[in-house]
Amino acid sequence: MTGRSTIQRPGTVRNLIERLLPPIVLGSGFAGIWYLISYGVLEPRRRFLLRPPHEVVQVGFLDWDNFSPILSSLWSSTKVAMIGLAIAICIGFVLAILMSQAKLVERAIFPFMVTLQAIPILAIVPLISFWFGTGQRSRVVVCVIISLFPIIVNTLFGLQSADRGLHDLLTLHHAGRVTRMRKLMFPSALPAVFAGLRISAGLSVIGAIVGDFFFGKGDAGIGQLLRKHASQLAGEELLAAVIMSSVLGVTVFLFFGWLQQRAIGRWHETTTGVN
Amino acid sequence: MELNRMGPGMGSLAFEKTGMVFPDGTEALQDVSFTVDQGEFVTVVGPSGCGKSTLLKMASGLLEPTSGSVSADRDQLGYVFQDPTLMDWRTVQGNVELLAELHGVESQESERIAIEAIKLVGLSGFEGHYPKALSGGMKMRCSLARSLTLKPPVFLFDEPFAAVDEITREHLNDETQRLFQSEGFAGLFITHSISEAVFLSTRVLVMSARPGRIVEEFNISFDYPRRPELRFDPSFAELCGEVSLKLRGSHS
Repeated sequence: MTGRSTIQRPGTVRNLIERLLPPIVLGSGFAGIWYLISYGVLEPRRRFLLRPPHEVVQVGFLDWDNFSPILSSLWSSTKVAMIGLAIAICIGFVLAILMSQAKLVERAIFPFMVTLQAIPILAIVPLISFWFGTGQRSRVVVCVIISLFPIIVNTLFGLQSADRGLHDLLTLHHAGRVTRMRKLMFPSALPAVFAGLRISAGLSVIGAIVGDFFFGKGDAGIGQLLRKHASQLAGEELLAAVIMSSVLGVTVFLFFGWLQQRAIGRWHETTTGVN
Repeated sequence: MELNRMGPGMGSLAFEKTGMVFPDGTEALQDVSFTVDQGEFVTVVGPSGCGKSTLLKMASGLLEPTSGSVSADRDQLGYVFQDPTLMDWRTVQGNVELLAELHGVESQESERIAIEAIKLVGLSGFEGHYPKALSGGMKMRCSLARSLTLKPPVFLFDEPFAAVDEITREHLNDETQRLFQSEGFAGLFITHSISEAVFLSTRVLVMSARPGRIVEEFNISFDYPRRPELRFDPSFAELCGEVSLKLRGSHS
């Protein structure tokens, strides 16, 4: 259900080195291979296919004329992803709560959820543009469709995972539906809810970028920029935009991890629990 | 104090030819009749799977018997489960306050009640700890404290100390016995440990394998408060032997 990680003690310097060194070594190795391909494998006239790292940094990141459009389109993608995620969270919570209240509702809704999840987004692109146009609204819709499923499934699973004994205890003391939800089911669900949120947050970023490719009207995001740079064979800018998109994805993932730690870290055992 | 508990019918529990057949056809209990009165601590011992837990579920009203009847003062029942069943997201204090909260006791009062109950089980100083930071025995104490908050006239225990180690179990037995003394509830205790049963109870009932029936009744007349050393008393050992013999007989 949730990620298993070891308890993290406040880092000593040694600890920090132990944690940082492996990715740094691997990253340097990666950059080395990159240089090797740029200068060793590719002939100069085909070098636009993979610009060496320092040129990507120089042209893509340090040249403000190139970097500022990346940032602004990244921001508009972020907005789309966040709006989409917020809508998915609202719909997901409501559906999961309804489904948790009656098996009948769960049986009724679930097949449709699976169907929605199974439809390739490409297949419904024409429908979405038909109904919602080719602007931001459609980009948000793509985000919602992509990120909805993990929220529903994880929230429902969480709500249903509340301890049997505690349910009995509440029954013995005549707790009503609302009390049961508020005091038992919802708090029990939180670890699973956060697991779902982290997955969905990542998916919503993907949704925003994918949405850009199909629905580029208006204040388009980083997906459109990627497309533009690719068509202009602007390798440096293209790679810079790719790197920034993944930075966005990682940031969102880390943010929800941090939020989870803040919200439930005090009581939730993230290690494989000793009961 | 608490004179209302002493009235007839208050704080008592009665099984009357109670039987339970589950929908899948399993007959869990057959023709069980006994009562637990105010000031009595009755323990039921029996082989596993003989329907002991079913007995408690019926006493609490979580299950309806399929034959006979169960009458109990269910107003503010104390129920200690097999597991501590604590809310991981609440501190010890929060967990112990839960029942008062469910019964609409105002927060200052429930806080006071909780602090008192925590003190009774010897968990003072751990009010702010979350369950994940507690040992198995401490979790069980917390669970006990939670049940004590409402000063239940009837207390049901469903093998509460089965999962803790021997030393902790003996400590918890000493304390349960002390609480029974000070709080004066009617107790129905389920266990498969014979020495636990004899040490705690005023009466021990031996149950047969499924379908569960009461096959023997032992009155335990040691005086309260019972000292931990009682466990090494020859008469204690003798009584345990008798119960054990009966239990073996019921097994086959």
